[in-house]
Amino acid sequence: MIDAILVMSGLALFLGGVLGYASIRFHVQGNVLVEKIDAILPQTQCAQCGFPGCRPYAEAIADGRAQINQCPPGGDANIRKLADLLGVEFKPLNAKHGAPKPKSVAFIDENTCIGCTLCIQACPVDAISGAPKQMHTIIAQECTGCGLCVAPCPVDCIGMIPVPESISTWKWKQPDYLMGVA
Amino acid sequence: MKLLHRFNGGIHPPQHKTESTRLPILSAPIPEKLVIPLHQHIGTSAKPLVAAGDAVLKGQMIGKAEGYVSSSVHAPTSGKITAIGYEPAPHPSGLRDLCITLEPDGLDAWIERHPLDYLNMDPSSLRNRLRDAGVVGLGGAVFPSFIKLNPGSGKKIKTLVLNGAECEPYITCDDMLMRERADEIIAGAKIMRFMLHAEEVLIGIEDNKPEAIAAMRAALKEAPFEVIPVPTIYPGGGAKQLIRVLTGIEVPAGERSTDLGVQCFNVATALSVYRAIAHGEPVLSRIVTITGAVNKPRNYEALIGTPIDVLIRLAAPVKDSDGAIMGGPMMGFELPSTCVPLVKATNCIIVKSATLFPPAPQPMPCIRCGKCAESCPADLQPQELYWFSKAGNFGKAQEYALFDCIECGCCSYVCPSHIPLVQFYRYAKSEIWAQEREKKASDLARIRHELRVDRMEREKREKAERLAQKSAQARTQMNSEEET
Ligand code: SF4
Ligand code: SF4
Repeated sequence: MIDAILVMSGLALFLGGVLGYASIRFHVQGNVLVEKIDAILPQTQCAQCGFPGCRPYAEAIADGRAQINQCPPGGDANIRKLADLLGVEFKPLNAKHGAPKPKSVAFIDENTCIGCTLCIQACPVDAISGAPKQMHTIIAQECTGCGLCVAPCPVDCIGMIPVPESISTWKWKQPDYLMGVA
Repeated sequence: MKLLHRFNGGIHPPQHKTESTRLPILSAPIPEKLVIPLHQHIGTSAKPLVAAGDAVLKGQMIGKAEGYVSSSVHAPTSGKITAIGYEPAPHPSGLRDLCITLEPDGLDAWIERHPLDYLNMDPSSLRNRLRDAGVVGLGGAVFPSFIKLNPGSGKKIKTLVLNGAECEPYITCDDMLMRERADEIIAGAKIMRFMLHAEEVLIGIEDNKPEAIAAMRAALKEAPFEVIPVPTIYPGGGAKQLIRVLTGIEVPAGERSTDLGVQCFNVATALSVYRAIAHGEPVLSRIVTITGAVNKPRNYEALIGTPIDVLIRLAAPVKDSDGAIMGGPMMGFELPSTCVPLVKATNCIIVKSATLFPPAPQPMPCIRCGKCAESCPADLQPQELYWFSKAGNFGKAQEYALFDCIECGCCSYVCPSHIPLVQFYRYAKSEIWAQEREKKASDLARIRHELRVDRMEREKREKAERLAQKSAQARTQMNSEEET
């Protein structure tokens, strides 16, 4: 009798230790998971997902606080990657968060700009250069097209312009035909 | 006699080569206007060196190589630069690209040329010359040649392969070049051998070109050069396929032949190496086959930038001709417009007509017959690649070695269900490249965003510290005031 109790409690202690260790390990993996999710997200930092940026959204997905279909710039392709990573079912983009738009960059009408710096403060990736009372310019290669600078501008001089297709970004289209029947 | 090897797969499509080999190469006249794209090679676009209104001489550099993987472009004749701007390019997209427009003055006056005595020079200055002379692979891949002529330290190139196989139907520009200018090709091969310190030079020519084989043999006098007729089978002129046939070396997936001691160049590239080194002449023209639905198919030597519709008119298109293919019928692409310039990659223009190219039959579902896999020279499983590409499962397609596909089109050719297989692979490849570009951009954005967050936190902290300091100062001041 006493033997059995000892064996069982020994086992319980040992397994408890294993579980405790595993939970520490799991915690580390949680961070790795956030990294992996963040690596898939497009880093537009537009906050359309309902979180203040891509990383917070990645954390929310990892914690189960958010769905995988809340990111419009990533579109279905990214949802598919997230579904693969997390081993969950694909679901189409939730329209509540917006629709995917063609990649755009911000453009400042330099004649109207009053140099107020509000857009600089809004830009999540420091893609706007300028100083107080000086005209501001967008660094097009670094603009993610999030559009966060548009609303704060008091004189409405920022527009979003879709990036035109060039020979180096052009893609072959998927062949489009109706399959015949045998 | 060398023992030949063989590769798996391959097909025997109708050749259509005799049409354009009956007449010798003809120099196409200088057109009224030349449009010279700055991006005619793999790598970064060249940077324009001239402005509208400038007078230029024949052979003058008008676009300079930018970065390592790049190549220069030159004025193909003397004249005046009339514009630098975006013009329709010979590309499947039909989009515009940055071009320099030149109005020839008819004098064809050369810039001063500086021949080099290559035997007394080191390979690195020879490579610089080739880069400045705009020498790129003329077999169609247009990769800057100077890079391929730099085996890298510690690597030994044993075999230099010259590719004169020209396996794709309709195309005969290399055949005619070998028949008419074998001496210059061999002279170029000697320079390349010198630069690579190669032990042997194997020149592979398909056995459907007896005249070219005879001409090249006549031009060759000494070892270790050897002209080797190879069996006619498409795509026997693919670099990996020809290397395998000539040397038995199989270049594994993702590796380059250089790592195995073999380097391969097209015969026309050897000729431009010769002209660039021994005559100081950059690449200003190329041989192009104009064939298909035309009354006078033949090969022309045309200046880079010559409008393709001008060349087609020279060959007298038949009445019901309609559109054109750049390249061959297997690997080429349909030109959205023929009002585009000839570029270094333009080896062939096939004028189309409904009789010559009837509309493709209706595709049917895949019946898993495996014919495509039997025909694939890259030992792939085209039906699986098709399936994954179609489903948008690009990761899986890559696992099945999508990027080993050379887009030869053998699989599409044999498919009894007429599935346009290669179009699916082109689509999948360009989607994957686009995803990689996006990934790079998003990685950059992540770094910039993190830097910004860090900076804002630091500013907040510093502000708080400053405030704390100020209030501490104020307090001590108050205390001391109270004491007095
Ligand atoms: S040849 Fe065509 S039908 Fe046959 S397995 Fe390949 S894709 Fe399918
Ligand atoms: S196109 Fe690609 S998959 Fe098809 S036969 Fe050629 S190498 Fe193989």
